[in-house]
Amino acid sequence: MESVNQLQRKLAEYTASLYNEKILDEQFVQLQQLQDESNPDFVVEVVSLFFEDSERLLNELAKALNQPNVDFKKLDAHVHQLKGSSSSIGAQRVQRACIAFRNYCDERNVEGCLKCLQQVKNEYNLVKNKFETLFKLEKQFVDAGGSFPVV
Amino acid sequence: MARNGVFSRRWRAEKLEEFDKLCPSLVSDEVHVLAVDDSFVDRKVIERLLKITSCKVTTVDSGSRALQFLGLDEQESSVQFDALKVDMIITDYCMPGMTGYELLKKIKGSSFKEIPVVIMSSENVLARIDSCLEEGAEDFLLKPVKLSDVKRLKDYMFSEDRSRTEAKGMNKRKLPETSSNDPSTPTILPLTSIDTASTPSSEFCSSPSSPIAFSSLLSADSSSNSSMPSSPDSPTRRVKMSNQNL
Repeated sequence: MESVNQLQRKLAEYTASLYNEKILDEQFVQLQQLQDESNPDFVVEVVSLFFEDSERLLNELAKALNQPNVDFKKLDAHVHQLKGSSSSIGAQRVQRACIAFRNYCDERNVEGCLKCLQQVKNEYNLVKNKFETLFKLEKQFVDAGGSFPVV
Repeated sequence: MARNGVFSRRWRAEKLEEFDKLCPSLVSDEVHVLAVDDSFVDRKVIERLLKITSCKVTTVDSGSRALQFLGLDEQESSVQFDALKVDMIITDYCMPGMTGYELLKKIKGSSFKEIPVVIMSSENVLARIDSCLEEGAEDFLLKPVKLSDVKRLKDYMFSEDRSRTEAKGMNKRKLPETSSNDPSTPTILPLTSIDTASTPSSEFCSSPSSPIAFSSLLSADSSSNSSMPSSPDSPTRRVKMSNQNL
């Protein structure tokens, strides 16, 4: 069983790697600042909302691209939403993938859009895994007696 | 001022429950903000940002719901509901159905025209910012919204300085009804140029995109602290319409 200090170190290192790899950006720090004793689960709640929202949007995007006549306006609207929510939680790479996607929407380029959708999915799955690991580490830390704020 | 609204029974019950939990007494000095955003994530974030700055918050997911809440919708009100007086409205620009811009126009054309309206947008489009300010938006925030943005907003709009808020003709609970006529010409303050990449505007929102990279009213220094004096006259801070009774 790892000690609190070991877990704290692990958590700090993991968090730092997320920023270094640009998976998360400063906006995530903002979110963490909004969490306190009165709202101890704020970050997890927002991120969970993001997961639900994103999965819905990714489905919509796949559906829209599967139509014989692709509605680029609708496509763009969905990507815009995904870009917005990823930006709000600091999921930088997802956000950037969405920006690229929107350029292809503007160009009405189906092939390009399909590639971008895949890219966005990849980035989304990556950030989702990272968040899950992060929350697991945080829970282990807290269960071992650790408390926030650590940063 | 209209204090009625039409709501679905469930919505009303939810809201009443929320109010009961938050504020048994409605006679507080707390600022009540109506936040409008179609995104779940953004609603949750803006709600928290506002609560942490000691505002009471009501969130709705569309412009039409916002109008309903204010009692401005066209439906016959069969249910009396004393909506908490709204001190500020903060709304996303890009929303399906009614955009934030359209909501702004409706509010400014109503008996609620004195309520300050702040627009939020993820897109830094000069033409968009201009048109919102021209329609009477109090301020324009670039998303993602930060705590410092909200604190600054609250500070300069609802500071302890009564004379300043009175001069702005704000619709505060403790002030008497302000005159609805404001003949003074709004002034626009110079902007600070910042290099931000402007993303192409969404067809969905259809606004003309401008190649000029421009930050509307972010404080240029991202490490600015919230206790920085927020003088509305500071030229480096933002563009703002100041409706001062001169």
